[in-house]
Amino acid sequence: MPRVSRQNYPFSAIVAQEEMKLALICSAIDPAIGGVLVFGDRGTGKSTAVRAMAALLPPMRAMAECRYACDPDDPDGWCDECRDRGAGNKKKPRIVAVPVVDLPLGITEDRVVGALDLERALSQGIKAFEPGLLARANRGFLYIDEVNLLEDHLVDLLIDVAASGENLVEREGLSVRHPARFVLIGSGNPEEGELRPQLLDRFGLSVEVRTPAELRERVEVIKRRDEFERDRGAFIETWRGADDKLRQRIVAARKRLRDVAAEDAILEKTASLCMQLGTDGLRAELTMIRAARALASFEAAHSVEVSHLRRIAPLALRHRLRRDPLDESDATARVERAVAESLAS
Amino acid sequence: MSLMEHAACAASLLAVDPFGLGGVCLRSSAQPARELWLRLLRESLPERTPWYRIPSNIPPDRLLGGLDMAATLKAARPVAERGALAAADGGLVVIAMAERMSAHTASLINGVIDSGQVRVPRNGVMIEHRARIGIVALDESEAGEDPTPPSLMDRLAIVLDLQGIDPRSTVRGVHDRESIAAARRLLPFVRATPDMMEALCGTCAALGVSSPRIAWLALRAAMVSAALDERTDVAGDDAALAAQLVIAPRATQLPSEETPRDEPSAQAPADQSPADAGASGPDTSPRDAVDARVLAAARAAIPQGLLVRLESAHPSRSRSPAAGRAGALRAAGRRGRPAGSRAATGRGRLHLVETLRAAAPWQKLRGGGAGERVRIASQDLREQRFKVRSPTLTIFAVDASGSSALNRLAEAKGAVEMMLAECYIRRDTVAVVAFRNSSAELVLPPTRSLVRAKRCLAGLPGGGGTPLAAALASVAALAWQARRRGETPTIVMLTDGRANVARSGVAGRAAAHADALAAARALPLCDALFIDSSPKPNPLAREIADAMKARYVPLPRAGAGDLSGVVRAAVRAGAGL
Repeated sequence: MPRVSRQNYPFSAIVAQEEMKLALICSAIDPAIGGVLVFGDRGTGKSTAVRAMAALLPPMRAMAECRYACDPDDPDGWCDECRDRGAGNKKKPRIVAVPVVDLPLGITEDRVVGALDLERALSQGIKAFEPGLLARANRGFLYIDEVNLLEDHLVDLLIDVAASGENLVEREGLSVRHPARFVLIGSGNPEEGELRPQLLDRFGLSVEVRTPAELRERVEVIKRRDEFERDRGAFIETWRGADDKLRQRIVAARKRLRDVAAEDAILEKTASLCMQLGTDGLRAELTMIRAARALASFEAAHSVEVSHLRRIAPLALRHRLRRDPLDESDATARVERAVAESLAS
Repeated sequence: MSLMEHAACAASLLAVDPFGLGGVCLRSSAQPARELWLRLLRESLPERTPWYRIPSNIPPDRLLGGLDMAATLKAARPVAERGALAAADGGLVVIAMAERMSAHTASLINGVIDSGQVRVPRNGVMIEHRARIGIVALDESEAGEDPTPPSLMDRLAIVLDLQGIDPRSTVRGVHDRESIAAARRLLPFVRATPDMMEALCGTCAALGVSSPRIAWLALRAAMVSAALDERTDVAGDDAALAAQLVIAPRATQLPSEETPRDEPSAQAPADQSPADAGASGPDTSPRDAVDARVLAAARAAIPQGLLVRLESAHPSRSRSPAAGRAGALRAAGRRGRPAGSRAATGRGRLHLVETLRAAAPWQKLRGGGAGERVRIASQDLREQRFKVRSPTLTIFAVDASGSSALNRLAEAKGAVEMMLAECYIRRDTVAVVAFRNSSAELVLPPTRSLVRAKRCLAGLPGGGGTPLAAALASVAALAWQARRRGETPTIVMLTDGRANVARSGVAGRAAAHADALAAARALPLCDALFIDSSPKPNPLAREIADAMKARYVPLPRAGAGDLSGVVRAAVRAGAGL
């Protein structure tokens, strides 16, 4: 399990980049939104923000002795081992940190999906499964930096698992299936290559990060970085209060989530916006409503308002527009134009 | 400060704080000056500092750690070994031919630079090694070739170019080991005032360096410089030195008093790039003395070649500062990569881990036991499968001359963009050479990025003569480069074939045509398509097409859709070539 205690830069100390923070917070409130894609300039703290997010996630309960950290409250989603142990498993669930797993680009397929456990096979002649990264990421977050440079065969694999929530391993005489439900977080620099449309579609929200425009903000970025490098412990301590408060808000928002209403009028407005932009399928609408609800809940509103839609629309829709190579304007501008027309109040 | 003194300063800074500064990118061919500089750096470091030289194609398990094969076979259980980065903890890793490094390898190194740790997942637990390292990236790329992966470059504070150095000059260190050690002790106490931070951030903004990480690395370099001078406060000199070593080599624009950076966005509102947005704003112009001094120092240190290129930059500024370095930003990720294994055929390289996995279940049957050696039979042998991507680079040469009529240019732009939209599905790349007046210009270096393509093509002007020979020479250079990278070039010429400017730049139809024929014959053998855009099929165009060994397609009125259809068909037809 990754240890949250690693000295990560505190989330609250990240200067500006409000859109990126909002998207990450929404996906922490409701993982069903389907992950976040962060595209933007180098050095703007994309990875820092994702790694900092780990500290904001409240710990979760997991089945004792389960390699996939199955949820005791969700028997339908259990792995085969938990099912076999079934009711006989009297051991108390353990409390674990929500995993935030890094998937490095150069990783081999066996490390991702899992493979034959070499040690036990060689020393005891036992055919056992050694879980991979997908197993560790179950019920947590899977982070891919430079996702646009990921090898094609890994992309294919992720597209499938992200959709089905299950990892199927058929290799070396092993036949294993285990739950792998995770929130995909990707980041990259669009100057270095495009993302396959199928993978793009797996991300619920997308944000564009830019270098801060204001000199004041730029100076603040390096000032805080200087303080952090100088004394990490003290810096984290300074921001602990802010991070704690944010975590409590996320926990509260999760509890409230189901009670946040979305009136028919809101659903209609969402549908007409998506139709106007010509997004494919219903996924765009569903994601947008989910994310708007998470945002409303985060701000302690009782129902989803048009103002929530307006803020969420660019995040939920800009990566779902059909490509038109001859249209010069960028996706964000197109969404904003449509929002101005459809959601005029 | 002379180049040599500059280089010596850089060595001292790096010797004090390799991990904090991330490292250095050393642009130079393998010449004595480079060896001298490396020796100087090594001699400045404390004794017994790790110094690891790795090739740029190092496999991930050697980089981060993997199985120790000999020990694993002997002990009949997996024995882990540390990788090169963990072994170099506290020291420096020298990457030979860093420009050949794949983006994947670079991303692994980036993760280690960022965290100071190597993390290898194994058996459900994470094995962590400390790896606080600095990188010395030896970059031998020549103009137009892919340089060190930009994501790695963004983490190396110092960029040093030894290319122009006098081969007879010697590098003398400016600090001895004792002063380096003293500076290391002092460094944690060095402070910078907000003014200094502002000066460095302002310099970054004025020179169009958008990454905040560079501003931070410059600050770090300024602090190290202060520590070397036995001070605990960062002075103007320190900031100036940092600006020269860290910021100036990455300049993408020249500073000016009255920030003209609003212009490009005013001309093309949809064209506003992230870097533009980052760099603009009236409050970025230098105000007080420190700012001005740091900026002046940085400006003086901008390499000569870069300066010329920036000054003669296209007035239309069709490229954003971030994309300004011609052909620079395309990271290479296209050499043979391990892609699984297969049963041994006797021709490939043995894949030990997979062989062991295949052998493991049989050990009991074969009579092996705990502690005994592994028994491997021939059917267990597995060999490494490599996937060598041989992607296509489609080079479009677009005639933007007056004779080719401006509407053809719009069609060509449309066709390139449509091709590109398909290319990101096929993982191909596209480049565009435009030619007009007396020269050919590479307006779109090989890319797969729609974002960049749109930006480059939007600003493409038209009119003037037809320098066909220059265009063909430029295309040939691109095609040869692609060949060297292991790619398959495909050429698409879109012109009316009415050459009227010779290689020398002199106008004249006969000479221009002869030159074009000669240039056409010098192309590397590859798929080529010549689309004749003149109102009637032109025999001169046909002649050039034949010299290119290209398929000749007269297409009097191509629309963007037609054109990309023709190109697609031609690429498919020629696939067996």
